[in-house]
Amino acid sequence: MTSLESRRQEARNNWRALQNRPWPVIYVGAGSCGLAAGAAEVIEAIEGYLRKTGQRADIVRVGCIGPCYLEPLVDVQMPGQPRVSYSNMTPSLVKGVLESFLEKGEVYKGRLVGHFGEKGTKEFPRFFDHPMLAPQKRIVLRNCGIIDPESLDQYLARDGYAALERCLSMSWSEVLDEVKKSGLRGRGGAGFPTWRKWLVCRETESDKKYLICNADEGDPGAFMNRSLIEGDPHALLEGMEIAAYALGAREAYIYIRAEYPLAIARLRRALDDMRAVGLLGERILGSDFSFDIRIKEGAGAFVCGEETALIASIEGKRGMPRTRPPFPAVSGLWGRPTVINNVETLATLPNIIRNGAAWYSQFGTETSKGTKTFSLVGKVRRTGLIEVPLGMTLRQVIYGIGGGLAKDFKAVQTGGPSGGCLGEEFLDVPIDYENLAAAGSIMGSGGLIVLDKNTCIVDTAKYFLNFTQAESCGKCVPCRVGTRHLVNILDRICKGKGEIADLKRLEDLGRTIKGGSLCGLGQTAPNPVLTALKHFRGEFLAHIVDKRCPAAVCRDLVTYRIIKEKCTGCQRCVQVCPTGAITGPRSEPHSLDMSKCIKCRSCYEVCRFDAIAGDAIVIES
Amino acid sequence: MNFEEFEELKTHFSGEAADLIPVLQKIQGAQGYLSPESIRRVSRWLRISENEIYGVATFFAQFRFQKPGRHVIKVCLGTACHVRGGEQILDVLKRRLNIEPGAVTADGLYQLERVACLGCCALAPVVSIDGKIYGQTSVLKIQELLDGGLHHDQP
Repeated sequence: MTSLESRRQEARNNWRALQNRPWPVIYVGAGSCGLAAGAAEVIEAIEGYLRKTGQRADIVRVGCIGPCYLEPLVDVQMPGQPRVSYSNMTPSLVKGVLESFLEKGEVYKGRLVGHFGEKGTKEFPRFFDHPMLAPQKRIVLRNCGIIDPESLDQYLARDGYAALERCLSMSWSEVLDEVKKSGLRGRGGAGFPTWRKWLVCRETESDKKYLICNADEGDPGAFMNRSLIEGDPHALLEGMEIAAYALGAREAYIYIRAEYPLAIARLRRALDDMRAVGLLGERILGSDFSFDIRIKEGAGAFVCGEETALIASIEGKRGMPRTRPPFPAVSGLWGRPTVINNVETLATLPNIIRNGAAWYSQFGTETSKGTKTFSLVGKVRRTGLIEVPLGMTLRQVIYGIGGGLAKDFKAVQTGGPSGGCLGEEFLDVPIDYENLAAAGSIMGSGGLIVLDKNTCIVDTAKYFLNFTQAESCGKCVPCRVGTRHLVNILDRICKGKGEIADLKRLEDLGRTIKGGSLCGLGQTAPNPVLTALKHFRGEFLAHIVDKRCPAAVCRDLVTYRIIKEKCTGCQRCVQVCPTGAITGPRSEPHSLDMSKCIKCRSCYEVCRFDAIAGDAIVIES
Repeated sequence: MNFEEFEELKTHFSGEAADLIPVLQKIQGAQGYLSPESIRRVSRWLRISENEIYGVATFFAQFRFQKPGRHVIKVCLGTACHVRGGEQILDVLKRRLNIEPGAVTADGLYQLERVACLGCCALAPVVSIDGKIYGQTSVLKIQELLDGGLHHDQP
């Protein structure tokens, strides 16, 4: 067996050299979210500055480190000093940072998040002591935002592919046993023990076996897999090799959304790099293990997250689920035993093999071991990608890591369109598969959407049902027709035309759809409305009986009003109003003609963000 | 897609039925949509009926059957974008461009799409214009972008 050791040694030396460069190194978070926040413009500004001043510095593009609300993040590492991280950089601000470091030799004070060194002080804290990062346990995300995702060497320097090497010296059953002992369960949502799926596949006789990585992250509001692949593609690929070794699969597919172009590009690059050093292809690292990975771009269908639908789509057919059994682990892709694992499940494997099952299973709860990544979004102060040990409470996540909300908490939505809204009484429930299921929701792939009192529960339920209705493949009548009726009833309620009997109709129909659908989409589609009814019945009643939307969201039930005492007559709302509903001379309180108003929110926004007038226009119900 | 282009495309595939979706993706990548004529060519090459190809292609959200606009505006309506007002942003675009999602303006300049999630939920609400993602937009910011002719009005 040829060893990677000499290459890794060299990679480690290069990695150390990067940290001890005699000239500055600038790291920029350039994942999709960083780029959306303006990282490309910031990089341009940095390059422009270096060209103009003739200074020498390296620029390293790293993945997402988690706190998306601080993007674009720029870290400056001066010779002999640790990386210092700055948030919300713009082209003009970044010049100030560089001037301070490169010309004055001083640590810039504004927008400082923290440094990557050993000890932190109050004035100069450590990056990982930031309140959003300190409570986290980063195992899967250990390299995200730290290394250049396009560099195989940097992954190697951080013990990359050491787990694969260890695997190759073990038997398949030893690898499977290690994963069994770790307690790892599928991170795609259902939480099926990973080893059990593997064992069924391994024990089924067949000339060929397949591994499929499900990276079709269709849950709207979740982006954990995208960030992970963009930030550390080799972690996933190494995990796939470990899984394939245990299964006896020689071929694998990564089924990834076409909407994630950067992640796809990073994977392609990583696969090429692996082939060049013998980490992929025939006789990997000189062992008997041969394995190859191909990328399949998903063409946009939420139902393809379902295993049998995903397989149909890879085979070139409509992505419709079929009855199970036989389960894919027995008869899957082209009738061969196939294991489908989620990105996060696979990317966890190298950590388990490298550090041992005992180490991994110390995190988490009795039934749910390890850590889980979540995308923490919605009306929470600190949004981003997080990784926490299972068993942490929702309160610790939302108020500790997320920093709470600006307005009153109303609910948290877990599990996307298959999950449910959990209210205040669930805040102290430890997050694990069982507890979320008991509350009527699911763990799902890890979207946590925080809703405040300005979010309407009925509207949110309607939103999810609209989504699943559009994504229903149409095979099962209860799902195809039933979700349509759920949407119609919810729509009626949102318009103030609902009746009390509608609540019972929703519940009955919801139960029928759950019981009468083949796949996970239909079986879980009613969850958002059923949990909302269970935990927020009063809000439905307010829409039906009082004809008002307490959150002032449902358009047919709200009115706009100008508070005369607050209005300064600045005319800005008059200018933005597309229908001429607002009139009034300058410097005098304006008036609003509701018969012309189309409730487009333009006036509300312009007033809210105007420092002088501020909040003179209100939306009420 | 003319004969030579199609023949070139064929060299990237083995010609199995399982290639159907990647082939359609490649065609759409090259010409922006799936024309009836290109579907006919695929049908003859892969020996799959046109009916069946339309069956597969219309199942997936990615495929289009009309010529796309020069600028493609995608409004994200993922959950995070929805609760932060994505719907209102779509409304502004619908009103300003005077088209429904999925359609192209009469001058062929703008195409409006609603998408389920662009995966930038922490920056909601998000709009993507010609592949560039704009985070933390608002009804007003979108109007400004439109007033500025989207800043990058090159052919």
